Amino acid sequence: MSDVLLDPTSERTPSQRQRLVRPGDLDGLTVGLLDISKPRGDVFLDQLEKRLRARDIEVLRFAKPTFTKPAPLDLRHEISTKCDLVIEALAD
Amino acid sequence: MERVGDGPVLPDGVAVVVKRDCPTCRMIEPVLAQLDTASDVTLTVFTQDDPTFPTGVGKVVHDDDLAVSYHHRIETVPTVMRVEDGIERERTVGWSRDQWEALSGARGLGPELVDMRPGCGSLSVDPTMADRLRVRFEAGRLRARRVQLAELEDGAEAMFDRGWSDGLPVVPPTEARVLRMLGGTDRAPDDVVAVVPPDLVECTVEKVAINAVLAGCKPEYLPVVLAAVEAACTDTFNTHGLLATTMPVGPVMIINGPIRHHIGMNDGVNVLGQGNRANSTIGRALQLVIRNVGGGRPGGVDRATQGNPGKLSFCFPENEERSPWEPLHVERGFAPTSSTVTLFPGEGPRGVVDQLSRDPESLARSLASCLRTVQHPKLPLAFDCILVVSPEHGRVFAEAGWTKAQLRERLHELTLLEGKDIVRGADGITEGVPEWAKDAQLPKFRPDGILIVHAGGGAGLFSTIIAGWVNGDTGSQPVTKEIGS
Repeated sequence: MSDVLLDPTSERTPSQRQRLVRPGDLDGLTVGLLDISKPRGDVFLDQLEKRLRARDIEVLRFAKPTFTKPAPLDLRHEISTKCDLVIEALAD
Repeated sequence: MERVGDGPVLPDGVAVVVKRDCPTCRMIEPVLAQLDTASDVTLTVFTQDDPTFPTGVGKVVHDDDLAVSYHHRIETVPTVMRVEDGIERERTVGWSRDQWEALSGARGLGPELVDMRPGCGSLSVDPTMADRLRVRFEAGRLRARRVQLAELEDGAEAMFDRGWSDGLPVVPPTEARVLRMLGGTDRAPDDVVAVVPPDLVECTVEKVAINAVLAGCKPEYLPVVLAAVEAACTDTFNTHGLLATTMPVGPVMIINGPIRHHIGMNDGVNVLGQGNRANSTIGRALQLVIRNVGGGRPGGVDRATQGNPGKLSFCFPENEERSPWEPLHVERGFAPTSSTVTLFPGEGPRGVVDQLSRDPESLARSLASCLRTVQHPKLPLAFDCILVVSPEHGRVFAEAGWTKAQLRERLHELTLLEGKDIVRGADGITEGVPEWAKDAQLPKFRPDGILIVHAGGGAGLFSTIIAGWVNGDTGSQPVTKEIGS
């Protein structure tokens, strides 16, 4: 069971951390490819992976259990600790 | 007894709370059956552990989530209550034939039993259950946004990442800890304590409690933190200005009155230093409220050029018992028996060494020569100060019969500055007062600008000066608040 904490702040800003600035290029970065589990998303991501690897960019693959729900907290955390950016295949 | 929150209402008649694990409850099992058959008694038995216990009673309710026990503050089993119109009118605990008979109106109860026998602790107050039950039944009262951490997230790191910390580790504010903290005050969680600068956010008792948990406070410190937040958020104290200034200042807290001892503060050896939980965490809690609720952060509204380590936490109690003088809060118009917090806009402390003076005039001159340097030796009137007199220095004045007022008056005389010495350019220093003041005599401090308190360990002929920020209506004034419950 993970901790639930009470927010000590004024709650004027979202509790989610803000999005990072988009990088200028991918050199030396680790790219996460997130499959949301919609049909043929994997086909699209396979192609992306092939092209990224051809440019010697490190790629990690992730998948949501279902496209109908937001990504689980732990999956989001894992991606944030292992990748510098993530590409999500949104639809079939 | 009053019920906690919106718990279940007891049925009219006689209600008894028992658990099988309690030998007294097992002993009175036949009495319950006897009561159940009494014609004018409507009996309901609430059983905490075993739903098949007791036998021989018509209406047994399993209090499996302990809601009845918790909301009706059952501390002992058996507890017998007489209920009318859903309201408890009378209660007795343990076994006492006389009291059970008086309460129920039945006669001849348990003739074969001893006259009385104490009960056992209720499951609802079992130390392993208390926090869990408080969360189960009372967490709904807490309004703060819930922040769920990921399984793989390190709790301590997560709080740094979210910007909740002043740079030191903080204690995770879980529902259980915040509810326990709120137990330290009679005030309702949604009661608004103050509007906190710089963002001018309404701050509830609950938000103060959350930050007090972060800071490492115990529940009994909470009333002190609440009073400090109230004092800090007054126009007189001007926390916004104190935060925004480039000068190295922050709130300094002096605690007076009986609460110092009740919460175990240190007014002796190393009084201004580390090592005592109350001294260290109460000041920190105030700063965390200003940071987290008020939004006052270094580099944001906090523009201090250099700051000072006291901005993490600067809180100490006066040593009143060994003081030769009346304590600070009494001077400021409060009863000796009241507990207060006084906020002062101050720098870090610096020592005054005088190991040779044994007469009060010599020691006053020593102290005055150091007080003249507050902020700058050529700047008069703009800054107040706290003089923390140590016990050994205090004794020099006490033995000579000097009152605090006498010492203060002498310090004012001895810190009078000659205009010619402090005008711009004098002594080869550009800083100073304008030329028009060159023939004037200017006091270093305004009349109420020297606060004198007594604190510290028994050995050491040293005292301490805490210099103030800009005083008066344009700056900040010391504020004293009584500490409530």
